[in-house]
Amino acid sequence: MSNIPKEKPKLVPVPSSNKISERDVDKTPILECRRLGIDFGGLTAVDNFDMAIGRTEIAGLIGPNGAGKTTVFNLLTKVYQPTRGIIMLDGVDTHNMNTVQVNSAGIARTFQNIRLFNNLTVEDNVKLGLHNHIKYGMFQGIFRLPGYWKGERIAHERALELLSIFDMQDMAEAKAGSLPYGAQRRLEIVRALATNPSLLLLDEPAAGMNPSETAELMENIVKIRDTFKIAILLIEHDMNLVMGICEGIAVLNFGKVIAKGTPEEIKQNPAVIEAYLGKKGE
Amino acid sequence: MCPRKFEVNAVKKLKNLKTSTKVDFATYLGVIVLYVIVSILASQGKLNRSTTGMLVPICCYIVMAVSLNLTVGILGELSLGHAGFMSVGAFSGIIAAMSLQGAIPSPALRLVIAIAVGAVFAAVTGVIVGVPVLRLRGDYLAIVTLAFGEIIRDLLNCLLVGYDSRGLHIALNLKGSLTVDDLGMGEDGVAIIKGAQGAVGVEKIASFTAGFILIMITLVIILNLVHSRTGRAVMALRDNRIAAESVGINVTKYKLIAFVTSAAMAGAAGALYGLNYSSVVSSKFDFNTSILVLVYVVLGGLGNFWGSIIAATVLYILPEALRQFSDYRMLVYAIVLIIVMLATNNPTLQGLVGRLFRGREYEYEVKGGARK
Repeated sequence: MSNIPKEKPKLVPVPSSNKISERDVDKTPILECRRLGIDFGGLTAVDNFDMAIGRTEIAGLIGPNGAGKTTVFNLLTKVYQPTRGIIMLDGVDTHNMNTVQVNSAGIARTFQNIRLFNNLTVEDNVKLGLHNHIKYGMFQGIFRLPGYWKGERIAHERALELLSIFDMQDMAEAKAGSLPYGAQRRLEIVRALATNPSLLLLDEPAAGMNPSETAELMENIVKIRDTFKIAILLIEHDMNLVMGICEGIAVLNFGKVIAKGTPEEIKQNPAVIEAYLGKKGE
Repeated sequence: MCPRKFEVNAVKKLKNLKTSTKVDFATYLGVIVLYVIVSILASQGKLNRSTTGMLVPICCYIVMAVSLNLTVGILGELSLGHAGFMSVGAFSGIIAAMSLQGAIPSPALRLVIAIAVGAVFAAVTGVIVGVPVLRLRGDYLAIVTLAFGEIIRDLLNCLLVGYDSRGLHIALNLKGSLTVDDLGMGEDGVAIIKGAQGAVGVEKIASFTAGFILIMITLVIILNLVHSRTGRAVMALRDNRIAAESVGINVTKYKLIAFVTSAAMAGAAGALYGLNYSSVVSSKFDFNTSILVLVYVVLGGLGNFWGSIIAATVLYILPEALRQFSDYRMLVYAIVLIIVMLATNNPTLQGLVGRLFRGREYEYEVKGGARK
């Protein structure tokens, strides 16, 4: 670990990555994974995972259950350290970062099984997303110095502003754990957005939602991308959502990328159809 | 602005306060009212000697319970060695108070210094214990803190401290062969801590007013901490550590802040406690004391500070008040504990209290449920 260069490593062009969307093609991709892999004991959960995501792209990661999609998210956010490969975030290698540092470098995520701070209010949940952007120290908080009041006021306003994306301002005082399921999912997205990310990872955002809620969510995801000018990578089983809003899709099966491309290309890809429906004549 | 309008604005402001702020103010007010009532009763001579003797220890145990509630209720980690920090505070506070006897004649000032010294030493111990221990979670952390409490007690049991014109003399009597004479003090030397005999000849400078002030300071520090950015981060760790890390909250830092603050307050309480008796032995601060304080916290409600205050007061007085049951005293005490536990965990009762204190929230819950 001692020979890590202090300067940001220069970006080397990647030969075998998927195309990033036209709009962003001449800019550095926000995320680049090269030959990413992790082994748990003898089991290779993810292997040779290559992906590049443009600065304002909505990308999808799909695949059958157990394919390793959430493991990829856990690798990107350093819940697990990758065994092989490189993750470049905005041209910076993240191999010596931990979860907290990756977050301040610009990756925020939501969880497949919702992980909110259930005993805290909705507003406090968002303020925790803002935690590293609220600038006052412990002693200013204890003695209620001017810095405390200013910091809390700004945080309060910003939290309500963020909650208004999903029209949740009037729930600000409620306990997060008491919210209905759909609202909890939306709150998780708001909390992740509050950390001011450049890449947002959504793990099954539409799980458990009915078709009308999913349609609303699709609009909102696009709206978030447009207002915040960020990249979004999402895992989702709802094909309407994935095919509807994703510009680039990667398909995982047994930890390996079996296909990459636009929604149209993925729909036609025989390997994908085989992974989802099985081989003909079996 | 006309005065009437101003008045309306003030009332509005009061109504718009957050529920947590209202609860905090009610807690401060309750403590102040209790102090005033007890002081008036004491000044009129309506309290007997055994009751006045209990006032300072009650204050100490309230501070202990409130500070332990920060670790158990807010941080969500079970600590079984809280009495260890209390003993560090007690002994360092006694040493400070007795060695400054000549230099600072005012007992009040000496008490303040002793409490501050107790808090600092306990905080340092908190850092030393916390850094390795807070890597553990749940049951493991509980067991290690328990061991810490016992180790501290045994170490203090071998401590020999004396003071003379040249300064402090400290020795650790690990082999059991040393006595105070081995400290090498001059003619004017005074033994402060005599190993297993504990601290002897302590000047009793603690007072009920000092206890009240310490409670208020502890409450202000802990309640303000909890409702600031720092406390929010600590509560986030309690609710969901993985999510807290994912939004960029440094787990070790905030765990340590909560743990050390809690230890420092326990040290302050210990110093006050130690200076209330003419002799103090380290075996007073054993596992039983830690558990006793934990019982106050659990009974008062995790994360509920006014609950801790009431539980500590009532449960400290209870065994004394039950003296008429003589042999059956502890039996009755245990039965009362069980009844209170059952009653406070009763959903109907909780709903009632919930509606009283969190009116709006409760309404929302019902509305949200219906919409779902």
